[in-house]
Amino acid sequence: MLNKNKLINIIFATIIIAVSVLILVYLDIHEKSFRYEISIINKALVYAVIALSMNIAIGFTGLFSLGQAGFLAIGAYVTAILTISPEDKISVYYVDGVANFLQNIQFSPVVAILIGGLSAAIVASILGFPVLRLKSDYLAIATLGFAEIIRAVIATPQLNLPGLKINMNRITNGSFGLKNIPNFKSSLECFIYCLICIVLMIFIIKSTIGRDFRAVREDEIAAQSVGINIFKTKELSFIISSFFTGIGGGLLAMYLRSIESKTFSINLTYEILLMVVLGGIGSISGSIVGSFLVNVGKEVLRFCDTPQNIFGIQIPIFRTGFRMVIYSILLMIIVLFFRKGIMGGKEISPKEISKFLKRTVDKFNMFINRIKKKKGEIR
Amino acid sequence: MNLNLLEQAMIGISIGGAYALIAIGYTLVYGILRLINFAHGDIFMMAGYFMIFCASILPIYVAIPITIIETCILGVLIEKVAYKPLREAPRMSIMISAIGVSYLLQNLATYLFTAIPIQYPRIEFLKTPITLFGVLTNLANIITPIIAILLVLFLIWILKNTKVGLSMRAVSRDYEAASLMGVKINKTISWTFIIGSSLAAIGSILYFSNRSAVFPYSGSLPGLKCFVAAVFGGIGSIPGALIGGFFIGICENLIKSAGYSTFSDAFTFVVLIIMLLFRPTGLFGEKLIEKV
Repeated sequence: MLNKNKLINIIFATIIIAVSVLILVYLDIHEKSFRYEISIINKALVYAVIALSMNIAIGFTGLFSLGQAGFLAIGAYVTAILTISPEDKISVYYVDGVANFLQNIQFSPVVAILIGGLSAAIVASILGFPVLRLKSDYLAIATLGFAEIIRAVIATPQLNLPGLKINMNRITNGSFGLKNIPNFKSSLECFIYCLICIVLMIFIIKSTIGRDFRAVREDEIAAQSVGINIFKTKELSFIISSFFTGIGGGLLAMYLRSIESKTFSINLTYEILLMVVLGGIGSISGSIVGSFLVNVGKEVLRFCDTPQNIFGIQIPIFRTGFRMVIYSILLMIIVLFFRKGIMGGKEISPKEISKFLKRTVDKFNMFINRIKKKKGEIR
Repeated sequence: MNLNLLEQAMIGISIGGAYALIAIGYTLVYGILRLINFAHGDIFMMAGYFMIFCASILPIYVAIPITIIETCILGVLIEKVAYKPLREAPRMSIMISAIGVSYLLQNLATYLFTAIPIQYPRIEFLKTPITLFGVLTNLANIITPIIAILLVLFLIWILKNTKVGLSMRAVSRDYEAASLMGVKINKTISWTFIIGSSLAAIGSILYFSNRSAVFPYSGSLPGLKCFVAAVFGGIGSIPGALIGGFFIGICENLIKSAGYSTFSDAFTFVVLIIMLLFRPTGLFGEKLIEKV
């Protein structure tokens, strides 16, 4: 049942994956000399999952949800608590000791990350009922507030609810954070986790569910009139997005190896949002490209943070913090002048690439012709 | 115990006054542009830095008006550069632009003034100790709510009796109709930002004079809280913003005094979610009917 176009796309995707695997295997073998590069690639991969999961809600369903940091925190903390080995737990929870029921628990990373994603999804399904009735900017503020509440719950030493007293220090280690989270064994492992997540998300977006999402985004009333249940669709999109955000949080915890409640502040959400915007709202490959551009770009711009000498004269503007200023100015330029982002809702596929090449060749030919004509006129 | 409660309530009222002044900035901008100006909290933070640098060169009584003017210029500049080009764009892009501006201002402040908190100038006049109902406080705590209320009354007078106020009300009621009736939209929006930013500057002076230090992220959380205050009172309503500011300020301090200080920030957002569930238009907001 495969048509030609689909087949070409699948072959194209397989080639890209195969090339990336080869590169990663090469880097893994020479791990000692490429440690810095591997770390950047892993970071970009994890952020690609997170950015794409945010894009499901914002770009494909039109739900302007800014609660990503909260769901990331849930996923990260669940994964961290479930994967830190019992021996390490004693030293990590040096303040109040670890809760008894968590003492001897240790899951493999895959299971822990899945549980993290599921807990984020469960929280999202409960939160969705009240919050998803709100319109655009109210939804943004309410979800942003939710993320703050999650952060406060994690950071508090003692949770005193009526009739329920929980010593949070023994579960989340309060504001001291969690350390010694097992890392990825190799960058290939990280790549496989991220690849599975991204492929799953692509399947969801391409399925009928994904089409419902887009219908709701374009016009709620029109979507309703063709029999789409608006609330159910929004809730589903919110849950799916949060599930993958939770998984992304778990991956982030494994990448960072140590987390604290401050990691998951509002600025984390903003950073991911800017990646999504940079790549193009509503573009799958855009989110991935955006994540790589931001993470690699930040490293490339690192020279701005150290004093630079040009012709022996020290330029005074290069000092700590200048990198982030340049970075945020670049982002503002994209937001203001290239509103659709790099991909502009399109995807990287052989068809688009050939179109793009054709257009460039045409332009080039026109340019050559014009020069030829001018030369003729001169003669 | 009782005395302590009174003391906390008084501090709460004082913080609430500063919150109210910032919340008005949100309410005015939202009323006209339908935009949550995420950068407003950072304008408030920048006003703190302006004051530090003005006060280090000039006497306090000159520094205060100059700070207010500088903050107004910053506010209008942000509007012209970041919001004006996006006027016809979908609402999501203008909101993203606002987030981008907030991010830029925070990074700029970190670069220019470093992340280390900087000592806020001591305004002797505001630090005069006063005993009220047997509680020892300073003049800033007493004067903040009074200034807030006076400024709100003044603002309401402006909105009711001046041409600028009339055009602001017209634009917030119906953007297109107002422009057809000859209201200069861009001028009106600039005025809105001038008023909002100057109130933020006054709020910042009153807020930081009780707090000793400014750092690049000191604007983001108060900014969000003030937005919640504006939503609580009903967005677009100025008395609503005042009451919302006082409510958030007082509750926050009472929760802190009850020993839940980690939750005082989260509480604000719990208030927001509960409010949006039961009365999405806030205390004094008008009900808007979505047209097909």
